[in-house]
Amino acid sequence: MAESVVRRRAALRVLGRLAGRLGGALFVLWAVASITFFAVRLIPGDPAQAVLGGPGSQASPEALAAVTAEYGFDQPVIVQYFAQLGRLATGDLGRSYALNMDVGPLVLSQLGGTLVLAVLSLALAWLLALALATWSTRGGLVAARVATSLEIVAAALPHFWLATSLIVVLSIWLGLLPPISTGGVAGLVLPVLTLAIPLAGFLGQIMRESLLTALESPFVLSARARGESERGALWIHALRHASLPAISLSGWAFGSLISGAVVVETIFARPGLGRTLLGAVTLRDVPVVIGVVMIVAVAYILMTLLTDAASRLVDPRLRLS
Amino acid sequence: MSTGAPKNSPTAALIVRNLRVGFGAVDPVVRGVSFEIARGECLAIVGESGSGKSVTARSLLGLAGANARVSADRLELDGQNVLGLTDRAWRARRGKTVGLVLQDALVSLDPLRPIGREIADSLRLHTTLGAAARARRVLELLDAVGLPDPARQVQKLSGQLSGGERQRALIAAAIALDPPLLIADEPTTALDVTVQAQILALLEQITLAGTAVLLISHDLAVVSHVAHRVAVMHDGLLVETGSTAQVLGSPAHVQTRRMVAAIPADKPRGTRLSLNLRAADAPPRIATTDSTVACDSTVVLEASGLSKSFRRPDGSRFLAVDDVSFVLHRGSTLGIVGESGSGKTTTARLLLALLQPDQGEVRVFGEPWSAASEKTRRGLRVGVGAIYQDSLGSFDPRWSVAEILRDALGHRQQRRAPQTTARLRSLLDEVGLAATVLPRRPLELSGGQRQRIGIARALAARPEILICDEPVSSLDVSVQAQVLDLLDDVQRDRGLSLIFISHDLGVVQHVSDQIAVMRAGRIMESGPAARVFTAPQHPYSVQLLAAVPRLSI
Repeated sequence: MAESVVRRRAALRVLGRLAGRLGGALFVLWAVASITFFAVRLIPGDPAQAVLGGPGSQASPEALAAVTAEYGFDQPVIVQYFAQLGRLATGDLGRSYALNMDVGPLVLSQLGGTLVLAVLSLALAWLLALALATWSTRGGLVAARVATSLEIVAAALPHFWLATSLIVVLSIWLGLLPPISTGGVAGLVLPVLTLAIPLAGFLGQIMRESLLTALESPFVLSARARGESERGALWIHALRHASLPAISLSGWAFGSLISGAVVVETIFARPGLGRTLLGAVTLRDVPVVIGVVMIVAVAYILMTLLTDAASRLVDPRLRLS
Repeated sequence: MSTGAPKNSPTAALIVRNLRVGFGAVDPVVRGVSFEIARGECLAIVGESGSGKSVTARSLLGLAGANARVSADRLELDGQNVLGLTDRAWRARRGKTVGLVLQDALVSLDPLRPIGREIADSLRLHTTLGAAARARRVLELLDAVGLPDPARQVQKLSGQLSGGERQRALIAAAIALDPPLLIADEPTTALDVTVQAQILALLEQITLAGTAVLLISHDLAVVSHVAHRVAVMHDGLLVETGSTAQVLGSPAHVQTRRMVAAIPADKPRGTRLSLNLRAADAPPRIATTDSTVACDSTVVLEASGLSKSFRRPDGSRFLAVDDVSFVLHRGSTLGIVGESGSGKTTTARLLLALLQPDQGEVRVFGEPWSAASEKTRRGLRVGVGAIYQDSLGSFDPRWSVAEILRDALGHRQQRRAPQTTARLRSLLDEVGLAATVLPRRPLELSGGQRQRIGIARALAARPEILICDEPVSSLDVSVQAQVLDLLDDVQRDRGLSLIFISHDLGVVQHVSDQIAVMRAGRIMESGPAARVFTAPQHPYSVQLLAAVPRLSI
């Protein structure tokens, strides 16, 4: 009987935690929607003009008045804000001003390309960082120095410069890869490299630090004293400790990859959320901007949940209480 | 070397002849060490930190480090030469012919792995046992090291176990394959005295079962219970080796004498613990038990009915300090002793008014202290100084000693004022340091020097009361002796009243006039130190006293 009480308490705790998470997620979505709504209004110009094709379209005053009435642009800001929130709450992202289609399907159709780009970049960054960190701790003093310098340089590279340099070297000089995304796997290589290399430098620095700490810790000495090989000490003990801070940072890294996608998708002419967002901001296409930002926020929240789950998987201490 | 195992017997588990270990271009840290250990024998190598004892121990496992230069005339493990082995050949021996137990199992067992896995590692690496057979053996091992309910414990992480349970698990991992030689490097240093006694008994039991045990420690009293022979290491050399009775009973070398003198237990209040090697420099203190300090009956600090509870992570509350009352008389020392988790540190924080009590009150010099506002208290704070265990952590690492002390004097602005310089020098003089430490930063000082600076900082504001929370717990026994002597000196010179909090009964016995024994937040017993130590009333005090590390010859 005591056992069942304990189990019920544990179940309640899990439910409580999930409810807390859900509440937090809803708060983030509300905050993102609100900030975006007000930020977009700071772009100068008449929104009715944007609906009718921008200032260059020379729309008639009658047409402008009709659009203003239809979209409610003459309403007070606060009314527009709550109307917008109400639509979002029912899952209605509205209709694009510039493109004659609903925002929901438009954004979803662009999501896949950006997700593939971000996930592949994150995976490659992890691989590069792990390889670099492992090599630097095992390859002696020279390896450590070289790895440190590589990490610093990589972490400092701006995306636009790296993208252009990669195009110049790999596409134009060597002719190995297409300079713009053609849709195939070959077209993915340069965008993924552009996003992964700076992130790998950053993750590598964190991993190397924690890897060194773990390798010098008494529990690794104890493992060696039991006859554990260097490889065993690395894989069974040290890398697990080293991956923990990098896992926690991966949620943040995913967010930075999405913002990096704006630059990379534009340079490589790749369809995706980043390019859609840039276009929508330029055209003052408010519903699309809000739609993209909302879907990125959802992806970011899911990614944070995933990294939390991964942390709990690797670190059993987090599962205890 | 009168007793112990016969020399060069075929049962020698370890033979070391003229072992030298060096790092880089500097002089070797181990400079020609020879000893041997028979099966069923326990040899203790005792020395201060930096004497080379841990490096010696690690060389016996081939783990002195990649950049270590190890040479010897002879180095034999279980009858086989292990000089110049390849790493692969070393790995085959580690865990199988020699096991290692380190200090503090919290960091010596991988915190991310269940202890069952850690213990099964040697079996996985050195035997062909299947998973089920390994699991069975792990349970047997946990049972053998005295861990109750092994089937539940194997799944636990080291962080979920108590200090003693962890250390048992670590020992189980080291003896999984019943190696002929077990090396234990400070195996009890981080443990409470009662747990320490249990772990020493376990090591003794392992020795009796026929394992050769090499015990490494800085504490003679600890090893005297289990070691058959003792070797004293100093500056990379074994300066004295012999049976435990011989080395401790009639120490020949000055270093051994110094270490024997440093053991505080059973030494009357006021006795010097550190041998003054330059005795001519200072007139000897009068070491009498009756005229310790000028005590009078004035109460300088009074705690009445103190209680403090904290919230656990799961929301429940626990009482860290429960109805604690005592008085401190001018010029006397009140020792508060208890094991970890007994509420000692919470009491210290309440006394310093860094925490507010839920109930009860602290009065200082007869005035409200805990009940006063922080603004009122700030004016009185100069009267109450504090010394902490982790002196390094209590300093701003970017500040030099001069800045730390100037800050404590309240002279931060007057960098070059002559009276500031004079005060700094007199403070340093009082704690036995030369003015050359002034420009140094805390990280550049030794542990003993740091604690001296901690004391100087506490003295700077001319307090009348000093609250010392484990002031010597992280120090070697010989450095501890110097710091305890120093505290005794400043107490006499300034007529200070001391609250001395420690888990170490031997230390508390040596320094205290009055004693309070704490357990689970309550004071179990209190009274004059002499009475509590000779005729303890409470069963817990009796149990605690039985576990005090004394020289047993």
